[in-house]
Amino acid sequence: MSSVSTFVKPVSPQHQATGVQGRRKTFEKLIQAFLFVCAGISVATTVCIVVVLLVESVQFFFEVSIVEFLTGTKWTPLLKPQHFGILPLLCGTMLVAVGSAVVSIPVGLGTAIYLSEYAPPRLREVIKPVVEVLAGIPSVVYGYFAVVTISPMIRTVFPSAGPFNAASACIVVGIMTLPMIISLSEDALRAVPRSLRQGAYALGATKYDVTTQVVVPAAMSGIVASFLLAISRAVGETMAVTLAAGATPKATLNPLESIQTMTAYIIQISQGDTPAGTLEHRTIFAVGLTLFIVTLMINLLAQWFLSQVREKYE
Amino acid sequence: MSAKTIDIPDSTSVKPEPLTGDQVMDVGDQTIEIDDPTFTQAPVVDRPNTVGASENTVTRIRTRDLSVFYGEVQALKNISLSVPQHRVTALIGPSGCGKSTFLRCLNRMNDMVDGVRIAGNVWLDDQDVYDTGTDVVELRKRVGMVFQKSNPFPKSIFDNVAYGPRLSGIRNRSELHQIVEHSLKRSALWNEVKERLSDSALQLSGGQQQRLCIARALATDPEILLMDEPASALDPASTARIENLIFELRDRYTIVIVTHNMQQAARVSDRTAFFYEGRMIEDGPTKQLFTTPAEKQTEDYITGRFG
Amino acid sequence: MNSATNVGGRRGKRMISLLFSAGCLMATMLCLMMLLVLLWSVISEGAAWLNWDFLNNFLSRHPEKAGIKSALAGSLWLTAFTALFSLPLGIGAAVYLEEYAANSWWRKMIQLNISNLAGVPSIVYGILGLGLFVQTFALGRSVISGALTLSLVVLPIIILTTQEALRGVPDSIRHASYALGATRWQTVYCQVLPASLPGIMTGVILALSRAVGEAAPLVAVGALTWVTFVPSSPMDQFTSLPIQIFNWSARPRPEFHQIAGAAIMVLLLVLISMNTIAVFVRYKYGKRIRW
Repeated sequence: MSSVSTFVKPVSPQHQATGVQGRRKTFEKLIQAFLFVCAGISVATTVCIVVVLLVESVQFFFEVSIVEFLTGTKWTPLLKPQHFGILPLLCGTMLVAVGSAVVSIPVGLGTAIYLSEYAPPRLREVIKPVVEVLAGIPSVVYGYFAVVTISPMIRTVFPSAGPFNAASACIVVGIMTLPMIISLSEDALRAVPRSLRQGAYALGATKYDVTTQVVVPAAMSGIVASFLLAISRAVGETMAVTLAAGATPKATLNPLESIQTMTAYIIQISQGDTPAGTLEHRTIFAVGLTLFIVTLMINLLAQWFLSQVREKYE
Repeated sequence: MSAKTIDIPDSTSVKPEPLTGDQVMDVGDQTIEIDDPTFTQAPVVDRPNTVGASENTVTRIRTRDLSVFYGEVQALKNISLSVPQHRVTALIGPSGCGKSTFLRCLNRMNDMVDGVRIAGNVWLDDQDVYDTGTDVVELRKRVGMVFQKSNPFPKSIFDNVAYGPRLSGIRNRSELHQIVEHSLKRSALWNEVKERLSDSALQLSGGQQQRLCIARALATDPEILLMDEPASALDPASTARIENLIFELRDRYTIVIVTHNMQQAARVSDRTAFFYEGRMIEDGPTKQLFTTPAEKQTEDYITGRFG
Repeated sequence: MNSATNVGGRRGKRMISLLFSAGCLMATMLCLMMLLVLLWSVISEGAAWLNWDFLNNFLSRHPEKAGIKSALAGSLWLTAFTALFSLPLGIGAAVYLEEYAANSWWRKMIQLNISNLAGVPSIVYGILGLGLFVQTFALGRSVISGALTLSLVVLPIIILTTQEALRGVPDSIRHASYALGATRWQTVYCQVLPASLPGIMTGVILALSRAVGEAAPLVAVGALTWVTFVPSSPMDQFTSLPIQIFNWSARPRPEFHQIAGAAIMVLLLVLISMNTIAVFVRYKYGKRIRW
């Protein structure tokens, strides 16, 4: 042991030239500055979204009054006489959002309950990745699915439906948002403590009673949050809706008719040859701003519900 | 912007009293003879301690009125303690008494904690550890640390030990290899791992992992070694090996060890300090503290009346 | 009499319970069936059209001569540049939030901001790209504008998944590194990033597959649907695979639907191989580290 030679000792810190330490500190500072900028870019993105949308929208609202924009029932920016009432687009968006929720909420919640309460663990391990696959399929593929498969099916059942109809958009958007509802709701259901269930079983309740009267109410905040996030996703959904629902801005609640959503309108203008800087082109910024505000509100509400879940169990 | 901050006490307001070589302290009068440095048999409680009789030695670390606050909670209250060179100083006390917090002040590991505030002074030789001009990185290279739970990096055994030297800029493969070999020999692990230096460190047993962590700390050639309950998670055989190791390392290093195990403190240390509820109740030569404690609380603790 | 209704009630209750569980099972089966129907509708339309010429031909007015060469090339350019922009920025932001930022209002603000950005519809990013990159920075309707826009779309995904991966590295590793005299960056670069690499890779691949399939922001930025050349510089105009699928699906002639199906098969194959890599990485490297 005593024969072990001492190590090559680095120069004692006090006598070391401050150059190395100084350089190391500068390097650390530079790295930290770079990382700070990276994080700052996310804030800058939000600022840019707001600024870009506002700047063009304000110019738009110089020519079109906000009151007409928000209350007008006709949207014909590309035809004479021009009308800039967003209600038909808003109505189309809401029709798709509500219609997709009609599909996704029962199926999604049912699947989540099955996976969390009934499915044997091994089956669960098989089904969950399959649900993830549904989430990984691009939106445009769902649009294709709506046009090629869903719409013809609807037209065989309801011959009055047009080739483009809101119903087919509702169904595919419903399928798209299923994974979101399933995974978030299942997390919420599984987070309900076992002791709560056992307490109910001890009182002689059936599995149905326990699930519907104990587990689901206890997981309600998380489930509601998953519904809201799915609806927000449906509001912002673009390609599938553009392909499936058509391009007819119309204030209707009939899902068999062709409609237009806010997102589909933006795509329509972007694809056309409307020159930038014109009033017609600025409409997409005003519509985009409306879309941004609507989704932001729903997201914030969903996050509030999620924070309730966290408070409960953490 | 920026990193986690701590309050650094203003060192200019309190004039530090630099320690000089002629300051000496008593470490007791025990004697010891080791004839076989490689023995691995479990040490017995009454093993004779310490080299040389009534030897005086230099103080390496000194704290004065050291207090630590976590938010509103004061975890340490005015600790003043001196740590002698080439001796093992044990910190004992019930859990939550502040002994680990004290240890982590010595190499400024408490800097990592959000909302921590430190008052008082710590000197390493004549250097004020909490001075704004102190380079924490250089400080930690001089003051090595071994943690309660072994925490090897998820890398090979070699890379674990070579990490510190590489940070110091040593790139030469044979030089690194030499350092790794020496460090592993000193931590009594070399014979068990020399054939598989490129294996993952996570494949080692708990006791081996802890000795690897000691080797890793030794590889930066520190002057001080801080050990935070290094054997608390180990089986008795591994604990015995670690204790033997500590005993051998004291020739070369100044060691401060936190332990909740009084027998361990009695076995390995030269001096012992007893902590209770954030205060240091008493410190002195180990034998004296365990046989004739000055304070009632110390006596109660070592006789097992609480904690 | 009394006991008879009691038995009936219990039987009814058991019936409801059974129906409920059957309903939940049916919902699950419906999910699986939808996926199967979707895949079947893609394959039954497209399989016959998928051959080497389809991959190697440019666009054409005649479905039988049309191919996806320019779309594939465009997608490749876009994905490469998106990765180039979004990886350093996203991983850097996550490292800043997890390893550097103090737990202050500033950190909470950035975190809230990122979760909100993750919920912003991709078409809104398209409008941002149009206003910022195409018009303000005058980058035109180029590959670079498209890639920058897609980078902003996937940035929140990369940041959130990387943060998750960094949080999986125990603090004891960081402490060990600091105690050996490592600086913050040395600790991050030498210990934390390598240990969290499998998780980061999984998130990155997830984000890039999102970029590969994204069409809406590119349409808003001004991707063309009629491109008969392979982009040779980042300033060139471009089309991409999802945009071709969109274009062909929107046409009334059934032949175009069939080549859209073939293009979807190619797109899904690309996505499946990317995800296979992700699963493989997670399995191979994730298993080695057991804390």
